[in-house]
Amino acid sequence: MTAYMLLIVSAILVNNILLAQFLGNCPFLGTSNKMSTATGMAMAVTFVMTFAGAITWLVQRYMLIPYELEYLQTIAFILVIAALVQLVEIVLQKTAPALYQALGIFLPLITTNCAVLGVAIINIQKNYDMMETLVHSFASAIGFGLALVIFAGIRERFVLSRMPKVLQGTASGLITAGLMALIFQGFQGLF
Amino acid sequence: MAKRTLVQEFTKGLWEQIPPFRLVLGLCPTLAVTKSLEGGWGMGVATTFVLVCSNVLISLLRPIIPPKIRVPVFILIIATFVVIVELVMKAYTPALSASLGVFIPLIVVNCIILGRAEAFASKNGVAASTADGLGIGIGFTLALAVLGSIRELVGTGALTIFSQADLGMRIIPLPEGQEFLFKFMVDPPGAFVMLGVMLMVMNIINERQAKAA
Repeated sequence: MTAYMLLIVSAILVNNILLAQFLGNCPFLGTSNKMSTATGMAMAVTFVMTFAGAITWLVQRYMLIPYELEYLQTIAFILVIAALVQLVEIVLQKTAPALYQALGIFLPLITTNCAVLGVAIINIQKNYDMMETLVHSFASAIGFGLALVIFAGIRERFVLSRMPKVLQGTASGLITAGLMALIFQGFQGLF
Repeated sequence: MAKRTLVQEFTKGLWEQIPPFRLVLGLCPTLAVTKSLEGGWGMGVATTFVLVCSNVLISLLRPIIPPKIRVPVFILIIATFVVIVELVMKAYTPALSASLGVFIPLIVVNCIILGRAEAFASKNGVAASTADGLGIGIGFTLALAVLGSIRELVGTGALTIFSQADLGMRIIPLPEGQEFLFKFMVDPPGAFVMLGVMLMVMNIINERQAKAA
């Protein structure tokens, strides 16, 4: 149990996927202008990342390794993720229209969210077993959501502040993200 | 938009639309691998190769790709070239390949490449797509190399050009036993802040140009 707790804390705070590992930065800067889009994106990512982590692990374990096709990992994983995103979209549309309304526009974007593929590859590289893969994927996604929502909260305030014209938009966003990364780096002292 | 010449298609990637500044795409590799000059140009060259090859192939195949499933087809084409790069780098530049790590397979989801495929290669001819891919790719490489040089120089006082051949130099001498100057720069937060500052400098230059015109 302690091992899982450590894995969770480390994935959410210490090795935050956005701020320490630089995965998924495009949606981080792209969807953080409004709180509602940020929460929508965070939920969609959590959903897909957990599923994708589990399925890519199964693909690696029961298809690629027995047939010695590990060099096809990149192609296989991206196909699995693309298909999964499509599937999630269709299933949600039929079974949970309300959730689909909330997440719909973010789902297609997730295929090219490098955090999903990145976490899947890291799971394999670190030799996680099935349970660890699930926990790690879910915790990473929560870390993504946490950073995204905090960041969106900060950026919403920017609208009210007077800022030099040259800093507006992405430039100030990046510097803010840098300061946040500095704060998250402080968590490294936890272990 | 007026018809552009090939030279214009090429040079627009170097300043007018240079990623990741003008097109805010492909941020993850930009931030992650620019700890050193070597990582910067290595990633840039790998991305350029994939970008040019996929642009050429997609523009050749554009009449037969069904529009409805074009994005999965694009991703598959891109992934094929990424695997080629991955295997070649593992074989010939193992040190560089290890330092770029997970970010080599992640070239698949670099939005610059998919973005160019969707916005340019699927609508233009082979020659124009090649020029576009080369221009954007070289612009990206330049941006990464500059960012990597600044971070490495300020962070450690040295510049690594190619560690496998021991190419590199110490620009700023350090006192005995001291390993870094300003470690913040090579740490993750430094990447965000430095990229933000570079973006600001680009904005200032733009404003000057607009005023002068």
